[in-house]
Amino acid sequence: MSQVADPMQTVEAVTQSAYKWGFSTEIETELAPKGLNEDIIRLISARKAEPEWLLQWRLTAFAAWRGMEEPRWARVGYRPIDYQDLHYYAAPRRKAGPQSLDEVDPELLATYEKLGIPLRERAILAGVASEEEPAQVAVDAVFDSVSVATTFRATLAKAGVIFCPISEAVREHPDLVRKWLGSVVPQGDNFFAALNSAVFTDGSFVYVPPGVRCPMELSTYFRINARNTGQFERTLIVADAGSYVSYLEGCTAPMRDENQLHAAVVELVALDDAQIKYSTVQNWYPGDAEGRGGIYNFVTKRGACRGARSKISWTQVETGSAITWKYPSCILQGDESVGEFYSVAVTANRQQADTGTKMLHIGRNTTSTIVSKGISAGRSNNTYRGLVRIMPKAAGARNHTQCDSLLIGQECGAHTVPYIESRNPTARVEHEATTSKIADDQLFYCRQRGLSEEDAVNLIVNGFCKEVLKELPMEFAVEAQKLLAVSLEGSVG
Amino acid sequence: MLEIRGLTATVDGKAILHGIDLVVPQGEVHAVMGPNGSGKSTLSYVLCGREGYEVTGGSATFAGQDLLTMEPEARAAAGLFLAFQYPVELPGVGNANFMRTALNAVRRVRGEPELDAVQFLKLARAEARRLAMPDDMLKRNVNVGFSGGEKKRNEVLQMAILRPRLAILDETDSGLDIDALRIVAEGVNALRGPDFSALVITHYQRLLDHIVPDRVHILSGGRIVRSGGPELAHALEAGGYAAVAPEAA
Repeated sequence: MSQVADPMQTVEAVTQSAYKWGFSTEIETELAPKGLNEDIIRLISARKAEPEWLLQWRLTAFAAWRGMEEPRWARVGYRPIDYQDLHYYAAPRRKAGPQSLDEVDPELLATYEKLGIPLRERAILAGVASEEEPAQVAVDAVFDSVSVATTFRATLAKAGVIFCPISEAVREHPDLVRKWLGSVVPQGDNFFAALNSAVFTDGSFVYVPPGVRCPMELSTYFRINARNTGQFERTLIVADAGSYVSYLEGCTAPMRDENQLHAAVVELVALDDAQIKYSTVQNWYPGDAEGRGGIYNFVTKRGACRGARSKISWTQVETGSAITWKYPSCILQGDESVGEFYSVAVTANRQQADTGTKMLHIGRNTTSTIVSKGISAGRSNNTYRGLVRIMPKAAGARNHTQCDSLLIGQECGAHTVPYIESRNPTARVEHEATTSKIADDQLFYCRQRGLSEEDAVNLIVNGFCKEVLKELPMEFAVEAQKLLAVSLEGSVG
Repeated sequence: MLEIRGLTATVDGKAILHGIDLVVPQGEVHAVMGPNGSGKSTLSYVLCGREGYEVTGGSATFAGQDLLTMEPEARAAAGLFLAFQYPVELPGVGNANFMRTALNAVRRVRGEPELDAVQFLKLARAEARRLAMPDDMLKRNVNVGFSGGEKKRNEVLQMAILRPRLAILDETDSGLDIDALRIVAEGVNALRGPDFSALVITHYQRLLDHIVPDRVHILSGGRIVRSGGPELAHALEAGGYAAVAPEAA
């Protein structure tokens, strides 16, 4: 039996209609004044008690950003964003960093409970959970901009793994942060990355020392909560030689009327023989059926396979956001390094997604695999945009790209924009693309066997996405299936 | 069990069924034979509620319920099963998962407890063995890469698992070699009993050597033109439609 395709889970999810996670938490929020200028950046840096070098780093980014234009090449449309009309800093008000969960705002914990976040720390602190607990997940929970709870630190510390809010890493591990921050996504990389570099408020930092296999899945839940607050998370993961880490990122956001901007940066570095597996389930508020509200998600995610035989694998299930602009990429520098991108992007109603990947083959015998599954329903638009570039020295490089689109209904769009540039004659690049519709005969076949139309669609969609879903860790795969069902609810018939 | 009265239907605006009268009592197996284009497949799709097959008159009741007003899945839950002439492929959907989803959907409607994966696999493996199907057919994706014979056997397997009260077999014998035909026929015969009825649609007598029907009907031009016992099928095999139903030839 396939583990990922548990239809009962999907059935359960289908019974919930409106955006399930649309609630907001009453927590006093400290807001910086609206607008973006050097003073705001100095304020952010000062609030976070940052060293001078980081302030300068931010100001460099800000200077670069001021000289840049918002990119317009993606197949997404939205009204201009007034960057001076946003708050760039919001933090739950508190005296000092919480030393334990008891010090964490109970409202916040209640929010996590509603979200179903497995903050097992309570149980573990109380000595309830046993060591045998099957799937240990360490959660670094980011609530708005300040990390409020980090679990499993002790277990990780024993293994030498550092997993903490990046603001803490700046203080506790300045050499590591200074060495790697911006090494994959430089401050001036692109408009949104520059903005993030100037004003990022928090995010996660992971360092896995040489030869260490991280003893558990690392997990961060981001949650956008304060009204009109841009979210600028910054994540940096460094896997030293011969190490392994699997990182899970999942998102839900409360319902809002106004569009919310999100411009995160994720940087991954894999040294010799290291492996990083980065999985995302993204379910931000997509806006209502008419396209009102919803998150604007402009993310820069990039991994560098610096070392020989290193491997970076991105898996994403994107069901949320009004606009998704996201291209998790791999720079394959090390000889024989491997890059993978597995993606499911679902758009319904008036959602717009322009997503894909870049695979840059620099080292010899580097290989990359791209599997992209786009599902469009309603009046949405779903674009795969990918670049495979083989550099002159990348002898023996190989790429296989598979791009499948599934259309539900008559008014949606699916677009595939693959760029392939090969500058080495020994390279092999393969690209396959299909576009299909859920066929009437498939639906009738399922319904004749007793499945409702909705269940039939879920089954067919899950089958369509199976190659990607099986790349997700088990718990995430179940969550992802629920999201697919909820996202496509009511899109047939 | 199934009562069809004066049923007329169109496909794409074209009248195909011109007044079907057919009664299949509970526990009986009836065969429907007829030349190409006589409306055999249309009849099966109309009974199962396929979109695009529009009923323009007459009635069809199933166990006393008005079949024609029910959604396809409600008809399935009521115990109606169609073994497709061309079983549909569902890429990425595991066969066992598909069948369990279907079985549990039907069981839910019937107020029966759902089966978990372990209980289901036990049942499915036992049925598959009876149909001489290798276990791996449960693991493969629904009908994807199946040979013609495998697809037909898969239909019969689903039927055995879903335990319908009335099964319509739409040319299930087409594309089967003689061994596969025997296995499929045995699968159907195993279900025969007071609570199981079937409508066996076929071109050929040979299937009816293995599934001996209680009644045989000749369908031609969208009407039942002749009905009789099993001997009617033999007469048809010997003399063609001209011999048994001159209007059908």
